[in-house]
Amino acid sequence: MSRRRIGLLARLAKALELEPASIDEPAERGRILPEAPKEPGAELVVIVLLLLASCCAAGFIAVFADSRIPHATQFLGLSLGLAFGFLAAALVVIARCLVVTEELTHDYPPEEHQEAERELEQLFDESRERFTRRRLLVATSALTGTAMGAALLAPVVSFGPVFDLSAFVETPWFRGRRLVGDDGAPLKASAIQEADFYTAYPEGADREQLAAPLVLVRLPGSAIHLPSGRSGWAPGGILAYSKICTHAACAISLYRTPTFPAVEPGPALVCPCHYSTFDPATGGTVLFGPAGRPLPQLPLEVDSDGVLRATGNFSGPVGPSWWGIRSRKPT
Amino acid sequence: MIRASVRWLDRRTGTGPLVRSGLRYVFPDNWSFLLGEVALYAFMVLVVTGIYLVFFFQDSTATTTYHGAYGPLDGQQVSLAYQSVLDISFSVRAGLLIRQTHHWAADVFLAAIVLHLLRVFFTGAFRPPRTLTYYLGLTMLTFSLLEGYLGYSLGDDLLSGIGLAIGYGVALSVPFVGANLASLIWGGPFPGTSAFWPRIYIIHVLVLPVLIGTLLVAHLALVAARHHTQFRESSRHTERRIIGVPAFPGQAPRSLALMFAVFAVLFLLGGLVQVNPVWLWGPYHVGLSTNGAQPDWYLGWLIGALRLVPGFDVVIDRRTVIPNPFWGGVLFPGIVFGLLFLWPTLERRFTRDRASHNLLQRPRENPWRTAIGTALLAWVFLVFMAGSADRVDVLFGLDYAEQISVYRIAIWVIPLIVLLVTRRICTELQAADRVASVRRSALHSPKAGPKRGS
Repeated sequence: MSRRRIGLLARLAKALELEPASIDEPAERGRILPEAPKEPGAELVVIVLLLLASCCAAGFIAVFADSRIPHATQFLGLSLGLAFGFLAAALVVIARCLVVTEELTHDYPPEEHQEAERELEQLFDESRERFTRRRLLVATSALTGTAMGAALLAPVVSFGPVFDLSAFVETPWFRGRRLVGDDGAPLKASAIQEADFYTAYPEGADREQLAAPLVLVRLPGSAIHLPSGRSGWAPGGILAYSKICTHAACAISLYRTPTFPAVEPGPALVCPCHYSTFDPATGGTVLFGPAGRPLPQLPLEVDSDGVLRATGNFSGPVGPSWWGIRSRKPT
Repeated sequence: MIRASVRWLDRRTGTGPLVRSGLRYVFPDNWSFLLGEVALYAFMVLVVTGIYLVFFFQDSTATTTYHGAYGPLDGQQVSLAYQSVLDISFSVRAGLLIRQTHHWAADVFLAAIVLHLLRVFFTGAFRPPRTLTYYLGLTMLTFSLLEGYLGYSLGDDLLSGIGLAIGYGVALSVPFVGANLASLIWGGPFPGTSAFWPRIYIIHVLVLPVLIGTLLVAHLALVAARHHTQFRESSRHTERRIIGVPAFPGQAPRSLALMFAVFAVLFLLGGLVQVNPVWLWGPYHVGLSTNGAQPDWYLGWLIGALRLVPGFDVVIDRRTVIPNPFWGGVLFPGIVFGLLFLWPTLERRFTRDRASHNLLQRPRENPWRTAIGTALLAWVFLVFMAGSADRVDVLFGLDYAEQISVYRIAIWVIPLIVLLVTRRICTELQAADRVASVRRSALHSPKAGPKRGS
């Protein structure tokens, strides 16, 4: 190291007051830590472990730098993980062999500070001596606190339409609206086969709203027992239900169809989140699971082109229920 | 050099005496006291990996057509959020490592907190003078559950969308204000307005981390102010004096070793064990869902509860009053956390023990607490297991519906049995301890002692 740099360092040390000035040596004090024998072997182990950690860290950089290496994520994780692992191992050796682990005892802090407590009490007591109408003041303060708290919280209402819940019951379905498939093409009645199920959307509407997606199945006419007032809702045995579970808004994406109808339970629409199971043959009634309401059914017709159209709105509210929502009167 | 540094520090900050006593702060030595430390180190990994991810993530649900590095999704309509998560996983160098390490760290963080809570509960460490520390810890746990849920929701993959849909169903189910609440959170009906994603994003990366970090500092400050509890390992361990290893030099390398070991495990997991492969789930759309969907482990108890409740809504005059998700999604966690928060008060009232305790109890020394605690744990665990009944159906062929009907009875009966059996075990162990101590004192008393040196 050059003279010049030493001078610089010395000046820096002086500026930071790092330079050991002449200090008055205090009287000789006893040891703080107990003495223990030296462990050169353990030191060697620590050095080796630290070097291994350095190698792993360098390996991480190498893998990171070379984009041609396959399985980079695995090698990156391995190298970084092992680097930390070797570091941990080195510290374990230091803790076990190189650092004096003496047992120390210490008093627990006192449970309470009686003098300070009394003084605080006195301070607060004396500080309110000049207030005479205390109850009234406390009551007004509470009122002010509530009013100001409410005022400061009021802007939260901007987060959403808190009181106007009309959007929650809107659906894109109305009489005459055509059903389209996943690809956007109008869905023909002839495309709906038994023992399979289909997802449909309202033509030209936003698909990302709860009331948009439908699930369609076709059952033999003899198997269908819809509630009264729904005659003609299932042309050719094609039934359309909201695809959104009435329990917790998941999409119903499982259709259970019996392979041997004689011994197996009938067809059912199943939500994969909490396994609410609905019966498409009886108007979406709940067969099993936590849903508390049937699946809303959409009345269908087949137009002159053979395309499926809605003939009205759902039989009930779509998606999960909430306090005060009204199910439609059975007509 | 040492002298110079010490002088510099003391003269600049005046903290010489503080550092002196701080370095000689006493840590009682027991493996179970390290669980909270593991949570702390996992939190550090979460913060650092999270900051890295922030630089690449986009908090927008605006849609785009995907043409990224992952071929199978080419041409799909995806949100910018989902696209950025795919890019982090496939295009950002070391991005997948950091993302998976972040996810694993969250799972380990919550596991460490829960184990720490069990240790604190069953040893009575929550008793005065550490009640406030306990409440702060519980509050951190609730925030952390929400933080984890928001974290895996942000990816806007199919699983995240399903999770948010369920959250929406649960929010709607809150009595009186459900729809208003959901409207506030989502800005309207599900899936919400474009403002929703920035909202959960800022809550996930700023609001909750700052809250958790602040509570963490307060929690640690209270631990230090009251000093750590200790077990009665010998007659020298008393309520008055704490025995252990000083922070420096004894404890420092141990704690650092544990910290680096946690880092090592998390990065090894992040690199070698796949977690939440969002590219396999695909993007979320309202009309889509997948079979076999399971949340991260720490929300398993809630999905179990939602699945176990029989199908009914409380309806009066065709108006829904209490929708079904309320029972499993609001009431059940409410009861569990309510009991945990109330426990110190309940125990003080029933045992009339209002004294301060620095000595921990072994679980057997307080049979009622241990019995009620294990019963509560069994209750939550059975509900958690019920959440995996669909996987058990697929893997072992046990009928799902039959499993659920068994669980619906078991969650009430088994905790009761656990309660009685645990209490009995505790009292028996205590009796055995008494016999052992009588025998010991008899052996060591000079009159009745056996002949020595035979």
